[in-house]
Amino acid sequence: MPLSRRKRARLFRGVQYAVLAAAVLVFALVADWGTLRHAFFDIEVAKALFPDIITTALVNTVKYTLLGFGFGLGLGLVLALMRLSQVPPYRWLAVVYIEFFRGVPALLVFIALGFGVPLAFEVALDMNITVMLSLGLVGAAYMAETIRAGIQAVPKGQTEAARSLGMSSGRAMRSIVIPQAFRIVLPPLTNELILLTKDSSLVYLLGLSLGQFELANFGRDALNEHKSLTPILIAGLLYLVITLPLGHLVRRLEARTAKAR
Amino acid sequence: MQTDRDPVTAHRAIEVEGLHKSFGALEVLKGIDFSVERGEVVCVIGPSGSGKSTLLRCVNLLEEPTAGRVTVAGTEVTDPDVDIDRVRRRIGMVFQSFNLFPHLTALENLTIAQRRVLRRDRAAAERVARANLERVGLSDKEAAYPAQLSGGQQQRVAIARALSMEPELMLFDEPTSALDPELVGDVLAVMRGLAQDGMTMLVVTHEMSFAREVADRVVFMDAGIIVEQGVPERVIADPQHERTRTFLARVLDPAAAGISEATEAEAPPGDQREP
Ligand SMILES: Nc1ncnc2c1ncn2[C@@H]1O[C@H](COP(=O)(O)OP(=O)(O)O)[C@@H](O)[C@H]1O
Ligand SMILES: [Mg+2]
Repeated sequence: MPLSRRKRARLFRGVQYAVLAAAVLVFALVADWGTLRHAFFDIEVAKALFPDIITTALVNTVKYTLLGFGFGLGLGLVLALMRLSQVPPYRWLAVVYIEFFRGVPALLVFIALGFGVPLAFEVALDMNITVMLSLGLVGAAYMAETIRAGIQAVPKGQTEAARSLGMSSGRAMRSIVIPQAFRIVLPPLTNELILLTKDSSLVYLLGLSLGQFELANFGRDALNEHKSLTPILIAGLLYLVITLPLGHLVRRLEARTAKAR
Repeated sequence: MQTDRDPVTAHRAIEVEGLHKSFGALEVLKGIDFSVERGEVVCVIGPSGSGKSTLLRCVNLLEEPTAGRVTVAGTEVTDPDVDIDRVRRRIGMVFQSFNLFPHLTALENLTIAQRRVLRRDRAAAERVARANLERVGLSDKEAAYPAQLSGGQQQRVAIARALSMEPELMLFDEPTSALDPELVGDVLAVMRGLAQDGMTMLVVTHEMSFAREVADRVVFMDAGIIVEQGVPERVIADPQHERTRTFLARVLDPAAAGISEATEAEAPPGDQREP
């Protein structure tokens, strides 16, 4: 006799729970808890990480991210305005830049700036500058497209009203269009900040000295020292301390924008 | 013939000669000649798509004319050497969709151009702004953002914003068309007040009662040309052209018009008119 649809669904769910329970049981029985605890959460190792993992690593992650974001935002705005320029060569330049930096791996940019530039030009760039350029050059390409979309989302009537009050096109852009565009692109820009926070771990490639370590580098260094994954786990949690609130902020900003429409 | 050196022309608020405007292959204005005297109130009426907005937008060069000459208060705006930003300060414009700046309060909407364009200091700009908000009856709304205002209030703020630049003339492009019927009256009252104070006004509108009451002259446009113009009593009440009659018969419903003679000749069957 065929089962009713509801009974079949209930049976299927029951099977799923049973499989899960069996998997947990097997894992609990075969796992070597002592080794696992040392590998993932060794309290002694964890204690040894503090306070440096906060005062040096977390602070540096935030610093590098903000350096890259600030530079990327400024350059992104310039690129967005070039992209919308009446002068075709500016548009072409912006398109080439954006397509290039969105198309190549960020890793390559870090290698180019961290090793390529010092070797080719025989100059040693300041570490902060290198970080700012590496993170910002790539971020700018993404932010430029976001900002351009934001500028284009401001209704044409806004510019017309501004111009009809005697504002020049530059003044109308600065006082009327860009402030509104930024309100529109605040959520996607915050998303970009989250991505940059994670990408800041790439500075590890640049060969930092101890005081310059950020979270990923610090975690890796501690991993070598303690032979435990605990530092990596804690570094990961500290990234979440930054990215989760930002993600929450994005959702709130999006809700606010949705309500204002 | 008058030239732009002619004192009569120089004193006119708006002088339009041989104005043509095309968007690609579409010719929207097909040779417009007309003028507005200082202190005059001119209403432009006509079917949708006839080029009324385009004409208005050619006066302050929001649209670049394809051919012809536009002179505003003695300055030829179609002269490529003219500083158009400087001319636009003297021409107030009010849009159908208000176009208030949503990121600024009502007061800031009125002060931003005063400060950035006229370089007035904050105190002076706010003094002018408050006087104009009072003029449109919205003194209590200076801290409100546009989204917190009704359509009628937004449009009155937009009028006050234009007035804060102390323009020599005002252009209105269907200022009440986007409003709920019960909010139209407040905006028209403000405009009536402006007309009484002697402001030069060029108004595109479908409000026939307003045109009839306030306009010194009514211009009827159709398909990119001026079909006829004259005092409202003549154009609205006794149109000479068939096209004008057809248009008026369509827009004049008894509630909006309240005038009997207007539709007498061409009233569609079943049209209810007041005695
Ligand atoms: N920017 C534009 N590009 C192309 N066509 C336009 C543009 N602006 C107006 N038009 C066209 O010009 C004609 C007249 O428009 P408009 O001046 O707005 O008429 P009205 O204000 O009398 O309704 C319409 O057919 C409209 O579609
Ligand atoms: Mg129109």
